[in-house]
Amino acid sequence: MINLNVNHKKYRIDADPDMPLLWVIRDIIGLTGTKYGCGVAQCGACVIHLNGEAVRSCVTKLSRGAGQEIITIEGLSANNNHPAQVAWNEESVPQCGYCHSGQIMSAAVLLREKPNPTDQDIDDAMAGNICRCGTYLRIRKAIHLAAELQKKEGGTT
Amino acid sequence: MSVSEEIEHLSRRSFLRIAGIGSAALCLGLYVSEKAGAKVVNESEASLADAGIALAAWIIIHTSGKVTLICHRAEMGQGVYHSIAQIIAEELEVDLYGVDIQLTQGDEKKYGSQLTGGSSTIRGSYKNLLKLSATAREVLIMAAAARWGVDPSGCYAASGHVIQKSSGKKLHYGELVADAAKLTPPKEVKLKTRADYKVIGKGSLRRDSPLKTNGQAVFGIDKRIPGLQFATVERNPRLRGKVRSFDASAALKVPGVTRVFKVVMGVWDTDREGVAVVATSTWAAMQGRKVLKVEWDDSGFEHVSSPEIFRRQQELLQNSEGLSLSTQGDPTGIIARAKDKLDVVYETPYQSHSCMEPVNCIAHYQADKVEIWGPVQAPNWIQDYVSKKLGMDREKVIVNMTFLGGGFGRKAMPDYPYEAVMVSKEIGAPVQVVWTREDDATQGPYRPGISYRCEGAVENGGIAALKFRMAGQNNDHWMRGDSGKANRSTSEGFLKPYYESIKHISFADVPFKTPIPTSFWRSVYASTNGFAYESFLDELAHQAQKDPMDLRRQYLKDERSQLLIDKMEEVSGWKNRKKNEGYGVAITECFASTVGHIVKVSKNGDKGIRIDKVWVVVDCGWYVNPDIITAQVEGSVVMALGAATIHEITFKNGMVEQRNFYDYKMPRITDIPPIEVHIMENDENAGGMGEPGLPAFAPALTNAIFDLTGKRIRKLPFDLANVH
Repeated sequence: MINLNVNHKKYRIDADPDMPLLWVIRDIIGLTGTKYGCGVAQCGACVIHLNGEAVRSCVTKLSRGAGQEIITIEGLSANNNHPAQVAWNEESVPQCGYCHSGQIMSAAVLLREKPNPTDQDIDDAMAGNICRCGTYLRIRKAIHLAAELQKKEGGTT
Repeated sequence: MSVSEEIEHLSRRSFLRIAGIGSAALCLGLYVSEKAGAKVVNESEASLADAGIALAAWIIIHTSGKVTLICHRAEMGQGVYHSIAQIIAEELEVDLYGVDIQLTQGDEKKYGSQLTGGSSTIRGSYKNLLKLSATAREVLIMAAAARWGVDPSGCYAASGHVIQKSSGKKLHYGELVADAAKLTPPKEVKLKTRADYKVIGKGSLRRDSPLKTNGQAVFGIDKRIPGLQFATVERNPRLRGKVRSFDASAALKVPGVTRVFKVVMGVWDTDREGVAVVATSTWAAMQGRKVLKVEWDDSGFEHVSSPEIFRRQQELLQNSEGLSLSTQGDPTGIIARAKDKLDVVYETPYQSHSCMEPVNCIAHYQADKVEIWGPVQAPNWIQDYVSKKLGMDREKVIVNMTFLGGGFGRKAMPDYPYEAVMVSKEIGAPVQVVWTREDDATQGPYRPGISYRCEGAVENGGIAALKFRMAGQNNDHWMRGDSGKANRSTSEGFLKPYYESIKHISFADVPFKTPIPTSFWRSVYASTNGFAYESFLDELAHQAQKDPMDLRRQYLKDERSQLLIDKMEEVSGWKNRKKNEGYGVAITECFASTVGHIVKVSKNGDKGIRIDKVWVVVDCGWYVNPDIITAQVEGSVVMALGAATIHEITFKNGMVEQRNFYDYKMPRITDIPPIEVHIMENDENAGGMGEPGLPAFAPALTNAIFDLTGKRIRKLPFDLANVH
């Protein structure tokens, strides 16, 4: 049994400690917002926060998550109102939408680390997230907008 | 049947009807009949049902006042979940953000074809949906007027209410459901003009967007039903081979793995074999599969390699006239006698769709029915295919559509739902079969790799003749067998007005086959034809010493093309550009929309070429949502950029050489140039927008590179960093 803390809820998981957190979260806990895209840390669809850091859950073992604080897209905000989520909607970023859980989770860390990101900062932080629908220009716009919104809210998330 | 034929067919046999369902809700929709003829309208409810005709209810008004709208097509990013609702909300007079929107099941009798392909949803249904919604509104107004004992002309509808103008009295739609169900709808209703629109024509927050930013959207891979098991399948890497034997002993020792067995997946008339590993989680199934040992039987078919494929295509193009698709005048004779002529070959690669949501499907095989949940573009094809294979009634194959994490044509194939059905049948339980990214990359089906031979003659600063031949696999052969006729898509992408002004022109298809499975890929043949034909026009323009835009203007004489070209010149500053500054143009037409691209490139130090800017001008006629159109074009440019400069699928000894995003690389945020999209304003028939933004990008890019460097690129993909 491994204790997991996901979105401020405690779970006791009976599974192989080598099982990636992606599959624990999706198939055992039943939170399906975190996506499988490549399985080899190439696409970023599976990004979650582990103690506040963006990690690729497809290559992060269950054992590494034990006792740590894990946040998934479902737990990023109470009401779909993290500045990145608000901005993503405002700029109509999602098309198919499959990659955007991971995109938003990556963007949320960027916005915390660099509250006023430049285009270069955005490129550096988001280059690990693939979007096959090609929403990249809107992702960039949305992150700039989220930075503005964050400022107005006084940095709360 | 082609998509455009299906659209016509649907509009011929559709009749507007209303039906009350109990007293709880009013359903408004179209009766879609297999038989054409207006008689059906006057038949009773019961006789309609006897004739197998069902009401396709797009609008359901509950007595509570709640309104539910149905999205009958696949939502795969192209925005129909929102734009269908937007059309209905406009004429029905309901709040777009106050209605429920539901995805639905496959039911061709109700909805006509639900094949979400050929950029057909809006252009195929908007006229019916506008009329349906306006009729529904009028019936509700009639019901309210009768209730108040006033003339309907003194009442109007707004925000889900009918209001009497003079008194201000109002009733919500739900309160009128019971009365409205008894009324006969008016035969003719007045539709709004564009000037009246409050909802259509506006870019508004997509209704599916909030679901896609908080993890709530249910894609096929997210669907869960009670008792669900998980499976993955090791399929023959040579695509056509069989399973000779397998050793499941190690796989069965993996915790969670419950069953291992051979499974046959039908792809149209071809069977493909693999070994399924069923488990209690996706990951356990994947772990079991890793230690599975399979011996393949790879006899009986050719093990092809990419260089050989293209060598053979190009040899055929030199030695065969092929099957004629169309011939106008005498291009062969004119070119033979011409002094000033070109004869070149273009080559475009095989491509994977690489939807972000890997292919997956849930199936539950039961004694009396099969139920399927999944990200599918063609639920009716799945019903056809699965019912035929199982010898089951079509109605007993129930296909529930979820959101799709990308489709691009791949998810129109019924192969993966059928495979899931076979696995469910074997284990006697519901199962979700998930393809890994590696399966997606290595198993196809793929956009076919195609070679083109383009011949042309110029004289007096213009085009004297054009002769196009194509050699590549025909997607139709997989679906319908080899008809022995020319691939009718050989001229897809080429603008129709050219036929009016170029007197001598021909298209031919040189049949070419390999064992590789192929399928539609966003914008289908236009995605490769457009590169060959629009690059070649650029070559002829230079040969004729004409400005490439002027050459197009000279031969695209119709008013819409002229206006499009005016706009392209205006937004890009085409006429003010300097000689060899790196501008390229291309214009293609597909799925009833014409799209022109202008690309500007420059030298990127010692790193080859940089794309400075892309301007796109779209003429799609009447349209619903300019922001969704813009998004579709932006996405099309990115997808075209990837296919032109970053990735390709190659074969070696019968196997695909790419496996995942590390060797089938995708464009990333760092690769994207600024893209500016303009939409022409007119009220011509609506054209498609999911695909037409794609084909003209690659030729506009390579034409720009020629302008800057004098280097003509005739083979895709190429590396921008290596162009000097």
